[in-house]
Amino acid sequence: MSVLLIAEHNNKELRPFTYNAVSAACKIDEDLHILVLGNKSESVAKSASEIPNVKKVIHVDNEIYENFIAENFTSAILKHADTYSHLVCSANTFGKNLMPRIAALLDTSQVSDVIKIISADTFLRPIYAGNAFATVKSNDKKKCVTIRPTSFEPAPAAGGSAEIVKSEAGEAFKNSKFVKREEIKSDRPELGTARIVISGGRGMQNSDNFKLISAIADKLNAAIGASRAAVDAGYITNDHQVGQTGKVVVPDLYIAVGISGAIQHLAGMKESKIIVAINKDGEAPIFSVADYGLEADLFEALPQFLEELNKLNTIQK
Amino acid sequence: MKILVAVKRVIDYNVQVRVKEDGTGVVTDNVKMSTNPPDDNAVEEAVKIKESGKAKEIVAITIGEEKAQETVRKALAVGADRGIHVKVEGVVEPLAVSKILQKVVDKEKPDLVFMGKQAIDDDCNQTGQMLAALLGWPQATFASKINVKEASLEVTREVDEGLETIEVNIPAIVTCDLRLNEPRYASLPNIMKAKKKPLEQINASDLGVDTKARIEQIKVEEPPKRKAGIKVANVSELVQKLKNEAKVI
Repeated sequence: MSVLLIAEHNNKELRPFTYNAVSAACKIDEDLHILVLGNKSESVAKSASEIPNVKKVIHVDNEIYENFIAENFTSAILKHADTYSHLVCSANTFGKNLMPRIAALLDTSQVSDVIKIISADTFLRPIYAGNAFATVKSNDKKKCVTIRPTSFEPAPAAGGSAEIVKSEAGEAFKNSKFVKREEIKSDRPELGTARIVISGGRGMQNSDNFKLISAIADKLNAAIGASRAAVDAGYITNDHQVGQTGKVVVPDLYIAVGISGAIQHLAGMKESKIIVAINKDGEAPIFSVADYGLEADLFEALPQFLEELNKLNTIQK
Repeated sequence: MKILVAVKRVIDYNVQVRVKEDGTGVVTDNVKMSTNPPDDNAVEEAVKIKESGKAKEIVAITIGEEKAQETVRKALAVGADRGIHVKVEGVVEPLAVSKILQKVVDKEKPDLVFMGKQAIDDDCNQTGQMLAALLGWPQATFASKINVKEASLEVTREVDEGLETIEVNIPAIVTCDLRLNEPRYASLPNIMKAKKKPLEQINASDLGVDTKARIEQIKVEEPPKRKAGIKVANVSELVQKLKNEAKVI
């Protein structure tokens, strides 16, 4: 048995969730290799080789991998798939887009969004927006698995020294073309890995009012999240959405402001260690998962919250 | 241009799903069922493209037991021209679904295949990508905007970092995000008319696709329950609790 992990990166560095996926992959089998497909991505291959427990890095560098088009990735991955029992990547938009394309061509029924490795062929995964957990056993010879990154601790970034093997590019796919990427740059921590997340919902009423949230996020060094309702209404961009069809977050502290707590939103945050809900509707379902509920008008509560935080002289970073 | 739209019947998104006591699955008896929400967006987008004059025919397809037909009827009521129901009992994994769709695509020869990006029951998020792979077609997943050009689509995709735009040549697969559009409601006259639209039934076994599960469901259980929390009286109590009790700030 051996595991091939497909690295997610930006051609300069590994994306943080690759480290979480490494931890999960190690639990499947110790013979773990990482495949880096990129363009001018030497530094990525080097970072991958420095992760302890990684036995080998396969590095394929070609301009066709610059923008991570799944159709281009697939032919390169299939060239290496033969020698591995498991193919693994993160269950974020990168892995969700890529892995099924590989699995279908290997005639494998993919196991998506795994939150626990029970054995090399048996996994725990949430279904129905996390309202049920299914234990599933894959009976395919070769297994394609995507990992919910927030369910696994990140692997250490340094200490290893795996060999880096260069490999040839696969065939380029002619019918898909990258046009542009609109990345929202922010100095705040990434939503997926932040220690504290503060999210706003429909109760925020407009995008301007999100300033109340960002002021607190700045103070707490928190990431900003949102419910689908807030994104749909145009208060904030889609990369902030937490929930069944958005991002899953597991911070130490999750503060839900003006969010009623639909099942679909809870699916993205109810594993958080501490949950705070601020909502003027005392019957809102969000209170059923909150450790601390404050029934209040958010437009009064948020300025007071900031004021109280300013009074504290020690805020953990 | 011809568009094939795949729709799935799932437990309605408003239903609080309950796990069966014997651990074999979730309760579906007497539970409201509906079309998987992003599949409604897929149907809507196809109808909009047809209304703009860029498509001639929309075929809606579902795969599942007898009652799955309801989802095709709904698609017919909002503008699909005809329907296909591939009959099969029990759970059909995304790989088998995509193999069935492949057979239907071979026969129907659509230019585009649309479906939701994810079904809200198994949350797999696989079928569109798998079908694209089997057909050797490009895939535009998680689409929140589609611009139909001469021989291609320009698709804006919702990705973790923000938005990405790609161009895919037709024929292509698109999996739709909830933000792609606002699905319309079917009017009563259109619901009546939809009953007269053709709906072809095919048995999955006649397509020569093996639908046997490759993944064994060993058990289904309730997720761990959160301990009941407390209500705080005011903001300063909240901050004190977070600092001194939870120790998270």
